[in-house]
Amino acid sequence: MGKEKELNIKLKVWRQRGPQEKGNFESYTLEGISTESSFLEMLDVLNEQLVKEKKEPVVFDHDCREGICGMCSLYINGHPHGKDTEVTTCQLHMRRFNDGDEITIEPWRSAAFPVIRDLMVDRGAFDKIMQAGGYTSVNTGGIPDANAIPIPKPVADEAMDAASCIGCGACVAACKNGSAMLFVSAKVSQLALLPQGKVEAAKRVKAMIAKMDELGFGNCTNTRACEAECPKGVSISNIARLNREYIKAKLKD
Amino acid sequence: MATIDSKIPKGPLAQKWTNYKNHQKLVNPANKRKLDIIVVGTGLAGASAAASLGALGFNVLNFCIQDSPRRAHSIAAQGGINAAKNYQNDGDSVYRLFYDTIKGGDYRAREANVYRLAEVSNSIIDQCVAQGVPFAREYGGLLDNRSFGGAQVSRTFYAKGQTGQQLLLGAYSALSRQVNKGTVKLYTRYEMLDVVIIEGRARGIIARNLVTGKIERFFGHAVVIGTGGYGNTYFLSTNAMGSNGSAAMQIYRKGAYFANPCYAQIHPTCIPVHGDIQSKLTLMSESLRNDGRIWVPKKLEDAKDIQEGRKTANDIPDEDRDFYLERRYPAFGNLVPRDVASRAAKERCDHGFGVNNTGLAVFLDFKYAIQRLGADVVAQKYGNLFQMYEKITDENPYEVPMKIFPAIHYTMGGIWVDYELMTSIPGLFAIGEANFSDHGANRLGASALMQGLADGYFVLPYTIQNYLADQIQVPRMSTDLPEFVEAEKAVQDKINKLMSIQGTESVDSIHKRLGHVMWEYVGMGRTKEGLEIAMKKIKEIKKDFWSNVYIPGEANTLNTELEKALRLSDFLEIGYLMAIDGYNRNESCGGHFREEFQTEEGEALRQDDQYSYVACWKYTGENSDPELLKEPLDYEETERKTRNYKN
Repeated sequence: MGKEKELNIKLKVWRQRGPQEKGNFESYTLEGISTESSFLEMLDVLNEQLVKEKKEPVVFDHDCREGICGMCSLYINGHPHGKDTEVTTCQLHMRRFNDGDEITIEPWRSAAFPVIRDLMVDRGAFDKIMQAGGYTSVNTGGIPDANAIPIPKPVADEAMDAASCIGCGACVAACKNGSAMLFVSAKVSQLALLPQGKVEAAKRVKAMIAKMDELGFGNCTNTRACEAECPKGVSISNIARLNREYIKAKLKD
Repeated sequence: MATIDSKIPKGPLAQKWTNYKNHQKLVNPANKRKLDIIVVGTGLAGASAAASLGALGFNVLNFCIQDSPRRAHSIAAQGGINAAKNYQNDGDSVYRLFYDTIKGGDYRAREANVYRLAEVSNSIIDQCVAQGVPFAREYGGLLDNRSFGGAQVSRTFYAKGQTGQQLLLGAYSALSRQVNKGTVKLYTRYEMLDVVIIEGRARGIIARNLVTGKIERFFGHAVVIGTGGYGNTYFLSTNAMGSNGSAAMQIYRKGAYFANPCYAQIHPTCIPVHGDIQSKLTLMSESLRNDGRIWVPKKLEDAKDIQEGRKTANDIPDEDRDFYLERRYPAFGNLVPRDVASRAAKERCDHGFGVNNTGLAVFLDFKYAIQRLGADVVAQKYGNLFQMYEKITDENPYEVPMKIFPAIHYTMGGIWVDYELMTSIPGLFAIGEANFSDHGANRLGASALMQGLADGYFVLPYTIQNYLADQIQVPRMSTDLPEFVEAEKAVQDKINKLMSIQGTESVDSIHKRLGHVMWEYVGMGRTKEGLEIAMKKIKEIKKDFWSNVYIPGEANTLNTELEKALRLSDFLEIGYLMAIDGYNRNESCGGHFREEFQTEEGEALRQDDQYSYVACWKYTGENSDPELLKEPLDYEETERKTRNYKN
């Protein structure tokens, strides 16, 4: 950690009062930002500066600041969560930038994710897709022993890889069609792989896809932008499985 | 003086919960539909409770401050969840899990609650597997386990280093199913600002819509608080930025007792602090202590060379490394409980053996595990944690040891609840980390997930019915009742007051001042004098806050600075409560270490004859100290011993 340096940077930040209002970029200058600090800590410094000047701080979603809650959602220099691979915005560090850089920060841009204020968007559509079928229909209690059904390790591992999705929406923001296929496929795959989820796999995939379409998400055209930007490295092979599951389910209709 | 009735059922310890369930009152299905339950919080406890209550047929209103229930901070738990399955055939049992938890909590938890926790632990694993939680498995297809601090058996179930995430997503999916069925209504980006009491019972809440700034009223036949802990009182902690203790303080001010506020857990394996603009501390899972060995240099000059950048860890030969946990605690080694490991790190750093430029770090070394198991196996077990560490520090833990240091992580103290998880206000319940819980003075690793889900899936859905059975005749109340109007007005007045201060100091800068005082005087080592200073300083900071805070913008719209200010106003109260409780408790136990009370070897020295009680603090008004009530702790099953992790 002896490599700490200080950076002077320029920011172009999207400011927008509300969903119906017109937004614009504002420029800010920051000095002496430690390369050891995270991108969001840099924004904390900006906000502290704005509050000192009696101005309103930039609004952005953030919470756990360790890359797991999926709350942070910034489009940095044209990339969801910035250019670094397999990180969320909160795990992006200032050492990835150079002294004198100009950094452009925008919210997720997608018809299904309306802007609430500045860099904060409404991702409620993801919850609605989950509510349509992203579960196994079991109530609490009365469950057989956890080891009653052995699950081959490779299958469990594959389900885990799909389940690592944090629901941040970077896949939608990255996609030129605004498609939510990576998000939906991650949940469909996880549950279709496991015996507990197989029981209602057909019903689930149809319900989740129908909801996704209804909410205004676009289609997948295999550009793989979602996979490239996913902070958890969720693979588009899940989309292939989603398509198979969907066709299988439709053929049974 | 009010009496404390913990309502522990009669009978032998192992039969209490069964007896309770056999004799409690239930609500029939037709009546369940008529009863509204407010659940605040969507973490493991809140989401599992809301989902389970919805599945039973109650009408549930579920609130969270985040944009989705899936983002509650339970998501960040890494290591695992304990259960007494004994799948490993290594001698585990419900009794042993109970015993380890009581002992780990330094004999400051309620036996009956802890036994129940151990009893229901196995059902949690079954439940999660049925939801599709992808726990780690062996090649034979059965579930894998790992060991964790404070236990000599392998009873921890895990899903990579993302166990909390997977368990929360399981609860969230169960919750989503109930939303779809219409039994649960979700209120996201809503923050509770007060509880409404009507004729002595909790009957609703006042909440602020964080997007519109509108203050709204909600009725419930019962109110459940599952809002987590108050670790962010220290400003820097492993908690999420939004984690707060406000709901707990609101109900405390309305008469709910706050129990054992001074019991805060300092987690030994966090990434050290880098500077003053740091916003939070990142935990590295305790599971790393399974295979990582903790050390500092034996020689002071080596430590100095490392601190000043002349040497690195790899320059220190094995014989000059002090594996101080293995040295001091041969039986448990690197797997001693968290409080013990944290204090041991502090002890070495206080003596000048710290290993980074601030002198506040120790090494966690995987060199030996890689030699023993190979880099591939290590990567499979801890790959995502190593990746996280490298992203933050720019150092590769496969090549150089991690640097770690203790940080505030979890609060064992919280709202006092009886055996039924009901607070001292009828109809008001507290679950998960928000209650003072089952962890006594120190929580063992992988027990928080267990407790949150135990409360939400398997305890509250029973016990709340014992209360609600008497409420079936109570119709849904209008939120225009004077009690609702008054509660809303009080909230509005507080907000107006905050907005009108228009001072010169930002919320964060005041919060950082509070954090420094807390860490300095109410941190890992506490003294009578230090706690006196803390109480004085917190009062001063509170005065500064109420006279000089600056909040930009307006109250009747989205205002993140106002949100933070409201939370800080409560952290200031909690900080004071923690200090006064620590001052009162003239002993060392678990996470509460009073330097005046230690053995010759520097271990915690309890004073069982005087302090074997739950300290319940009762609010007496804004400008007076709270009143202390005591719930005595009786140990029928276990013999209180000095914890020994040496042999």
